[in-house]
Amino acid sequence: MALTEQEILAGIGKIINEITGVPASEVSPEKSFVEDLDIDSLSMVEIAVAAQDEFGVEIPDEQLKNLKTVKDVINFIQN
Amino acid sequence: MKKDQARVVVTGLGATTPLGGDVASTWSALLAGQSGVRNLTEDWVDSVPVKFAALAAVDPTEVLPRPEARRLDRAEQFALVAAREAWAHAAIEKVDPERLGVVVGSGIGGITTILAAYDTFKEKGWQRLSPYTVPMLMPNGAAGWIGIEIGARAGVHATVSACATGAESIGYGIEMIRSGRADVVVAGGTEAAIHPLNIGSFAAMRAMSLRNDDPRRASRPWDKARDGFVLGEGSGVVVLESEEHALARGATIYAVAAGVGYSADAHHIAQPEPTGAGVMLAMRRALQDSGLTGGDIRHVNAHSTSTPAGDVVETIAIKEVIGDHPLVSGTKSMTGHLLGGAGGIESVFTILALHERTAPGTINIDELDEGVEVDIVRDAPRALPPGQIAAINNSFGFGGHDVAVAFTSV
Repeated sequence: MALTEQEILAGIGKIINEITGVPASEVSPEKSFVEDLDIDSLSMVEIAVAAQDEFGVEIPDEQLKNLKTVKDVINFIQN
Repeated sequence: MKKDQARVVVTGLGATTPLGGDVASTWSALLAGQSGVRNLTEDWVDSVPVKFAALAAVDPTEVLPRPEARRLDRAEQFALVAAREAWAHAAIEKVDPERLGVVVGSGIGGITTILAAYDTFKEKGWQRLSPYTVPMLMPNGAAGWIGIEIGARAGVHATVSACATGAESIGYGIEMIRSGRADVVVAGGTEAAIHPLNIGSFAAMRAMSLRNDDPRRASRPWDKARDGFVLGEGSGVVVLESEEHALARGATIYAVAAGVGYSADAHHIAQPEPTGAGVMLAMRRALQDSGLTGGDIRHVNAHSTSTPAGDVVETIAIKEVIGDHPLVSGTKSMTGHLLGGAGGIESVFTILALHERTAPGTINIDELDEGVEVDIVRDAPRALPPGQIAAINNSFGFGGHDVAVAFTSV
């Protein structure tokens, strides 16, 4: 069964908290990884690796660089 | 010491060891004669012949924020904990970044990272490797992280000389300041190697104690029945500073880092040279470098790992070069052997011994081995005399490395 946007957001919030220490409550769809959450490119790779474990969805490098906001990741995982 | 060289002093101490998560708790446990050795309860313990080790008293993941801890190998975690304590202790408010350096090494490096990452690689593929795998496994990783944290730009180095690493790092730090390249250097050693592969490998060398029925009595330097070293983990770090820089800011000075002597055995990759020639040369050079004589040295923190081969030879060398008057302590009887971290914590102990005028004891000696003709501090600590005194920390490593660091009281 496909995950809802809320479920994916909760999962991403947990991953980002684990990796960066940013509280999961601050991880909302409109947030930009670089500008709002201060996440660098190596951390984005960590997040992609963790997302693969959590959601079973592989995020190729060429896609990863286009994922600018939390919403972008949610959309990628849903599709 | 040459007249034109800067005098180097110690203004900060940090440690996380099997006896405590900081310097104060470690030192008080050491003076109380406690053992940091514990039974291993990990599921792999049945695969190795040694069932105990000196695990860190405080797990670094309990004190570091999770996002930070997950990017650090355990050896780096220990080093950051110790370096932060030493840095806070030194309380340096202002230092020119281009005059601030780091020398922190590890004997083995991020071996638990290497092995865990290889499992991930084999089971899940390269795509699942953490992007921090390389900075976690590289042996200069700890030095790099510390340097970034304090903004050290005079040079960040990691010496590697097995169990002499920590002492060699402190020696290198002293030389960085003397040569005029830095005013302040954070220096020490770290190790996190309690893993079945390491235990199996050291056991394959027949270097480890197999006293599984009495682990807390297994590390027993100079005892007739010693049967090998006990593996420990943790880190010891000091802040070295030019005396001029320290005095200008009114810093508390714990000891003078008077000099260092290096030599090499050129004998065997893992066995000590049986006459102690290399050890004697290192101590002679430490005396010469410090402008001290054997008579000035009132305390030696010996390398003494509790292996049958090395302990007695070291005492013969001490007697030959220094004399039979210093109080000689074997603190690995309590901490176990921290490998690359050993010279770090034992320099911290040597500095505290001078500062508090107390030589720590050596536990677990039931019967002193034949040929030991120096004044070993058995069991309880003993007082060091007042006045200007000096002490040496010896550290030796596989590869034939011999390092002696000399400190004097303030």
